[in-house]
Amino acid sequence: MATTLERPPVLEKPPPVFRKPRNSWVAWIFVLPFLVVFVVFWAGPLLAGLGMSFTDMRSTDVRDPLAVDVVGVENYLRLFDDELMRKAALNTLIFVVTTLPLTIALGLAAAVALNSGIARLPAAFFRLGYYTPYITSIIGIAVAWRFLLDPDAGPVNQFLGWIGIDGPAWLSDERTALPVIIVMTAWRSFGFDMVVLLAALQGIPKELYEAADIDGAGRWQRFRSVTVPMLKPALLFCTVYSSIGFAQFMEEPLVMTRGGPAGATTSASLAIYNQFGAGAYGYAGAAATVLFTVIVALAVLQFRIGRRS
Amino acid sequence: MKRRASSYVLLTAGLLVVVFPFLWTLLASFKPESEIRRNPPTLLPAEWTTSNYSGLFERMNMGTAFLNSAVIAVALVVANLLFCSMVGYAFAKLRFRFRNTLFGLVMVQLMVPAIVVMVPQFVLIAKLGLVNTFLGIVLPFVVAPLGIFMMRQFIADIPDELIQAARVDGAREFRIFFSIVLPLCRPALATLGLITFMTSWNNFLWPAVVAQSEDMYTLPVALAIFSNAQATQYGLLIAGAVVVVAPILLLFLFLQRYFVQGIASTGLK
Repeated sequence: MATTLERPPVLEKPPPVFRKPRNSWVAWIFVLPFLVVFVVFWAGPLLAGLGMSFTDMRSTDVRDPLAVDVVGVENYLRLFDDELMRKAALNTLIFVVTTLPLTIALGLAAAVALNSGIARLPAAFFRLGYYTPYITSIIGIAVAWRFLLDPDAGPVNQFLGWIGIDGPAWLSDERTALPVIIVMTAWRSFGFDMVVLLAALQGIPKELYEAADIDGAGRWQRFRSVTVPMLKPALLFCTVYSSIGFAQFMEEPLVMTRGGPAGATTSASLAIYNQFGAGAYGYAGAAATVLFTVIVALAVLQFRIGRRS
Repeated sequence: MKRRASSYVLLTAGLLVVVFPFLWTLLASFKPESEIRRNPPTLLPAEWTTSNYSGLFERMNMGTAFLNSAVIAVALVVANLLFCSMVGYAFAKLRFRFRNTLFGLVMVQLMVPAIVVMVPQFVLIAKLGLVNTFLGIVLPFVVAPLGIFMMRQFIADIPDELIQAARVDGAREFRIFFSIVLPLCRPALATLGLITFMTSWNNFLWPAVVAQSEDMYTLPVALAIFSNAQATQYGLLIAGAVVVVAPILLLFLFLQRYFVQGIASTGLK
């Protein structure tokens, strides 16, 4: 997937036969499915959500739009005063800045190990195994992990009991609940980074390593001054792609903790989902707009930093 | 040599850690509830039973949810195969005004988080009277931006001469598309179909919002609701987790070969 993104989006000029725009209306028929779905289900709602965030719209107003009042930026002001929303924003921040490096480090370690000259068949086998958590249903995974971490019935605490450790109640303890979700997400996601980074590793010219050898570089030096710089575009892609995904995490706490204990695992997305469930559409719209702005800003910032250095 | 050996050891240890949650859960799903809670635990079930699975299908309408998930996934595969290749063909081989602008919009949709548009999307679906219908669950995803991107990349590599020759022969665009372009796209279509099925099968947020009665729940929705209601019925819950996860794992393991073949035989990178 990463390699397909490297091609420039602008196409070369087609040969002269194509120049005549004789069939341009046919082209519009071909792109019509996208155009309709995009305008109706994505662009429209994106703008409507922005508009909604300045109103007091509730679920009961869907039938009676006249009951909706414009309240200006009141929803936004409320947002910054809302204890739970602040907590959700903080949790999301902690989640992103810890899960991201953990996931990339695991993905990089797996990619480097797979690229260290092991035979093709075992390499394919390992790659397949590492990739499986990434493609499976997060709801199913979350249910399974909740069972594994059950204080009494779960094997994790039973194993810990054998070596004399009294394991905590992982998901109902405020100190361990979010770290558990962080570890689970890294476990689930690093396979993707591994695939991207492995492709990039295999594209590094051998000559660079030979040159480093001639200069008398050690193994760690080779890694630092050849591998890491050459991997920069792939690492940047993983960082941007993953942080956009991580900033929206929601299903994990929904199934494993319902955002608890005491809001310790409530994410921004989960808080929006709960507001929607409570019928506060205007308020949910304001929170969604803030989240979207932060995500876009984050992506732009990362690209800026990545390009400069 | 020594380094290679340590790689093998590390990779094997890593694999055990990665696979452990799957393996333990799968084996536990065949144990009776009392054995699941037994301490010290058993790895292999002392007493094999399928009662968790039969209980699941009795207690929570799992059969209906499975069928719903399958119908929705198949509908989305068919829709995406047709629409993404149509749109991808236009972007790759046809000339029209605003082509690059429009392609930029594909990229925009690719980046919009689902949670951000969820509320207005739901209001729209409610206005259209599509709440709690298959159509409501399916419509926003019938032409996925990633699919358009994939198909455009693939079709761009088909030689222009083939299409030109057909045009000189007087073939119309739709005939060129259906009888020349689509058959050549088979490997890309297989990949797109697989990805679409996987995404749809695992999708949670939107089906959870649109499906409101038990007969419309998809598997992840049914499992999430059941897990919130019956937090400690582990036998049933993990059997449910296996039913949700296993089809995709099997599909992936089984089709991995075709997947790789498709990529290799066409030189698609």
